[in-house]
Amino acid sequence: MGHKLSKDFTIVVAGQAGQGIESVASVLAHVLKKQGYHTYVAKDVMSRVRGGMNSLMLRVSNERNDAYREKIDLFVPLDPRAYAHYAKRFSARTIFMGVPDPAHTTSRGDDKRSIIPVNFIQLAHDVGNRIFANTIAAGTILGLLGTDKEIGTHYLRSFFQRKGEKIVDQNIKAFEKGYTIGEHAAFQEDIHVTMVPKNDVEDYIFLSGAEAVGFGAMAGGCNFISSYPMSPATGVLTFLAQNGRECGVLVEQATDEIGAINMTLGASYAGARGIVTTSGGGFDLMTESISLSAITETPIVVHIAQRPGPGTGLPTRTGQEDLVLARHGGHGEFMRVIFTPGTPEQMYALTAHALDLADRYQIPVFVLTDQLMMDSLYCAPEEAFSARDVTQYVVETDSDYKRYALTKDGISPRGVPGHGAGLVHSDSDEHDEEGRITEDMDFLRKEMMDKRLFKRKRLLEKVALKPDRTGDAKAPIVVISWGSNKAVLEEAWVKAKNVKVQIAHFTQTYPLHPSVVDLLAHARTVVVLENNATGQFADILEVETGEVVHERMGSWNGEPFSVEDVTKKIRAL
Amino acid sequence: MIRSAQKNSIDAKKFDVSSTVDNQWCPGCGNFPILMTLKKALADVGCTPTDTVFVSGIGQAAKLPQYMNSHFFNGLHGRALPVATGIKASNPRMHVVVASGDGDVYGEGGGHFIHTIRRNPDITVIVHDNMIYGLTKGQAAPTSQKGLVTPTQPRGVYDEPINPMTLAISLDAPFVARANAGDPKQAQDIITQAMQHKGFSLVDIFQPCVVFNKKNTYQWFKEFSYTLGPDHDPSDRNQAFARATEEDKFPLGVLYQHDRRAVFEEMIGTYDDDKRPLFERELHRGAIDALLSTRK
Ligand SMILES: Cc1ncc(C[n+]2csc(CCOP(=O)(O)OP(=O)(O)O)c2C)c(N)n1
Ligand SMILES: [Mg+2]
Repeated sequence: MGHKLSKDFTIVVAGQAGQGIESVASVLAHVLKKQGYHTYVAKDVMSRVRGGMNSLMLRVSNERNDAYREKIDLFVPLDPRAYAHYAKRFSARTIFMGVPDPAHTTSRGDDKRSIIPVNFIQLAHDVGNRIFANTIAAGTILGLLGTDKEIGTHYLRSFFQRKGEKIVDQNIKAFEKGYTIGEHAAFQEDIHVTMVPKNDVEDYIFLSGAEAVGFGAMAGGCNFISSYPMSPATGVLTFLAQNGRECGVLVEQATDEIGAINMTLGASYAGARGIVTTSGGGFDLMTESISLSAITETPIVVHIAQRPGPGTGLPTRTGQEDLVLARHGGHGEFMRVIFTPGTPEQMYALTAHALDLADRYQIPVFVLTDQLMMDSLYCAPEEAFSARDVTQYVVETDSDYKRYALTKDGISPRGVPGHGAGLVHSDSDEHDEEGRITEDMDFLRKEMMDKRLFKRKRLLEKVALKPDRTGDAKAPIVVISWGSNKAVLEEAWVKAKNVKVQIAHFTQTYPLHPSVVDLLAHARTVVVLENNATGQFADILEVETGEVVHERMGSWNGEPFSVEDVTKKIRAL
Repeated sequence: MIRSAQKNSIDAKKFDVSSTVDNQWCPGCGNFPILMTLKKALADVGCTPTDTVFVSGIGQAAKLPQYMNSHFFNGLHGRALPVATGIKASNPRMHVVVASGDGDVYGEGGGHFIHTIRRNPDITVIVHDNMIYGLTKGQAAPTSQKGLVTPTQPRGVYDEPINPMTLAISLDAPFVARANAGDPKQAQDIITQAMQHKGFSLVDIFQPCVVFNKKNTYQWFKEFSYTLGPDHDPSDRNQAFARATEEDKFPLGVLYQHDRRAVFEEMIGTYDDDKRPLFERELHRGAIDALLSTRK
C-alpha cells in the first residue's frame, strides 16, 4: 500500500517525563531545517518531573506552519502507555514506529495496523548506555524520512563536541544504528517523503517563545528583572539569568511576586528599564503594585504567560483566561496597554515595544502570552530579531524640578535620582506637582486623574496597533483572534476556503485602535475565537466599541485549538 | 554607606522642607524627634539631598520622607524594602534609607524584612516602633505588648509580639540597633553608625504614639530600657542574641555589628567592571546579536 508524506506532516514523539523526548525533537528540528524544511515544535507536558506522559509535536513542511495539528502522521512512542494516551489523534494514515502496543489501541475493528517495532532502550543498551535511546530515536526517524545521513552526524558532532570525543563517537554510533533501522523500515513499508523543500530557511533561527520574549526584552533595553518562578513564565527569567551578565540585564529571583514587582518598580524609579514575568496567580499578587505603578507614573512591563485557572488550575497547559485580569487588575482607574503577540517575531517586537511605550508614557504595559507559545520551539527568520535603537526618555533635572509637572499632553518629564540638581518625589498618595500628599479635590485630584487617565487614553489610542486583517474586507463574517491563535486561525482559514469569512488578529487588545469600531460595525457576524469559557476579548470588544459579538467560539479544556477543529468551525459558518 | 566617619559641616538644615509643607503628625508625636535626629545624622555622614533617597510604605511613620528634603519614593503599605533594594541595585551611588512603621516593616512587609536581610543591600532601615497602628487609629501592631486593649483587640493582645532584634540577629543582619526617640542624642549617634555601616542596617526606634498608645509613652520607654555599656561586644553574635532577648528592660544601642557579609550590589556582578548606574548604560547590542547567532 505504502505511505506518501507529501505537503506537510506531523511527528509526535511521546514518552515519560525524564525520558528526554525534548532532545529528540531538537535534533529532528535542527537536521530537518538543514535539509531545507520549515519546522515547528509544540510541547504537551504533565505537571511532574518524572513519569506521566509527555509528547512533542513536530510539524515538518515546505512553508511556515506554526499551528497545532491534532492528527498524527508519524507516531513514535518511547513508552507503551503512550498509545492509549494519544489514541484520539491517530488516523487511518498514521505510521507507528517504536515500542510495541500491548493493548492494540492502534487497531480499529478488523483493521489490524502494523507497527514498525523499535525498542529504543534495548538498542541503546547495545550501544553501551540507555541514555543513547534519544539519539537512536532521532536517527530512526531521520532514516525513515530518508534525510541526508551526513547532515545528522554533522549536527551531532557539533552538538556534543564540548562533551568530548568519546561522547561524540558513541552518539554518532547510536544515530547510525537508528538511521539504518529507519531506512530499512521505510523500504519495507514503502514510506516516502515526497515533499520538496523550498530551501528558504537557511537564515532562520530556532527559539522558544520564552526566548523570543527574552530577546525582545533585551532589545527593548531592559536592564532589570526581578521575578518569582511560575510555569509557564519561568523560561523568560531563566533565559535572562543565563545571559544577563553579557547582555547587561540585572537579574534577581525574588521570594514572592509582590517583592518582585516592587523591586522592579524601585529599579524603574532609579532609571532602570524593568520587566517582571509571571503567570495569572503570580499576577494576582502584583495587582496592588500595578496600581502603584500607575499613580507614581513609574514605568513597568509585565509579562503574563497564561495557563488555565482558577487556583493552581492546569499548571502546564494552555489558556487565555487572564485578559480581563490584565485589563482590570489593580484598584482605581488609570491607563495601561495590553499587547497580545501571536508569533515569535511579534513576541520579540512587542516586548521591545512595550518597554519603549512604558517608558515613553510612564505607565504599566502588559505582554500576554500563554503556555503554548512559551514552550513552543519556533524556526523564524533571523532578521526579524535584529537589535533596534533604544530611546532614553529620562531627563536631567534642574533644581526646580517637579516630578508630576502638569503639562498639556499629560506627560511630565521623567527625572531619576542622581541625574541633575532636582529632587525626584514619587508618591502613592494623591499628590501635587512636586509629589507631596494632597487632598485638594477641586483642582489637583481632577488634574492628576485627567493626566493619568483621560489625557493618557487620548495619547495611547493614537499609537494603538491595528488588527492584522486577512481576506476580503467585504466578507460578511469576521472571525477574530488574539495572542497565540493567530497561526491556527490563519491556517484553518486557508484550508476552509469559506469566502464569506475574513479574519482579524489583534496584537493589541487594550486600548483598541479607533478603526476597530468600523471593522465590527460593517460585519454581519462577528465571531471571537479564544481559549476561555466566557469570551473575555469579546467582552472587551463589546464594551469598548458598543458593537455586538455574535458568537463566542471558546475552548477551555487546557489544550490549544487544532487546525482541524478550527477549519471545521470556519467551514460551518 | 559613607565609609569614613569624618564629620561633615553640611548643615542638617539642608534637609528641611519648605514651611508650606503641611505636616500631618500629631503634636507631641515621637516622629518629630526622629525626623530631626535623622537630618542631623545625614549631615554627620555627609549625605546631601540629591544623593539621598528615602523610601517608605504607608502609615504615619511612612510620611517621614514627605518632610525630608531629599529624593523619595513613598510606595505601598509594607513594600518599602523591595523598592529600596531595587533602587540601590540600580544606582549604588545613592544613599538609600527606609523610614517606616512597625506595622509596615514587620507586619504587612514581614516577608520582605526577612528576605532583604538575606540579600543584604547597603541600605539603612529606620523603623518607628510605636507598638501600634497609628494611621488606622490604634489597632495592634506586631510589636504590641501582650494585654494591650485596642478597638480590634477588646480582650487585649494575646499574640506574642515580634522581637525585631532577635529576628534580625538570627538572620545575621550586619548591623542591628535600637534607639529611643526620647533620647535624640543617642539616637543620632546610632543612626550615624548605621548609615556608615556597609550592608543592611536596622535601627528600631521606640516612638511614643501620644494619641493611640496610652501605655507605651515617653515615660514608659525610658523606664523599660537601658543603654548597653562598654562591656557589650556587638561583634559577638551569641552575646548580642542574649541581650536581644531581654524584655523586662530593653537594651538600647548597637546590639550586633559585623562585616562578615558581602553586600548585594557587589555580589550581583553588575558593577564588577562598570560602576555606572543602570540608567547611564547603553544597550549591549553586540552581545545580544552574538547570542542570537547561536540559535541558528
Ligand atoms: C494593603 C493595605 N492594607 C491596609 C492599609 C491600611 N493601613 C495604612 S497604614 C496601616 C498601619 C500603620 O501602622 P504602622 O506601619 O505601624 O505605622 P504608624 O501609623 O503606626 O506609624 C494600615 C493598616 C493600607 N494602606 N494598605
Ligand atoms: Mg506603628
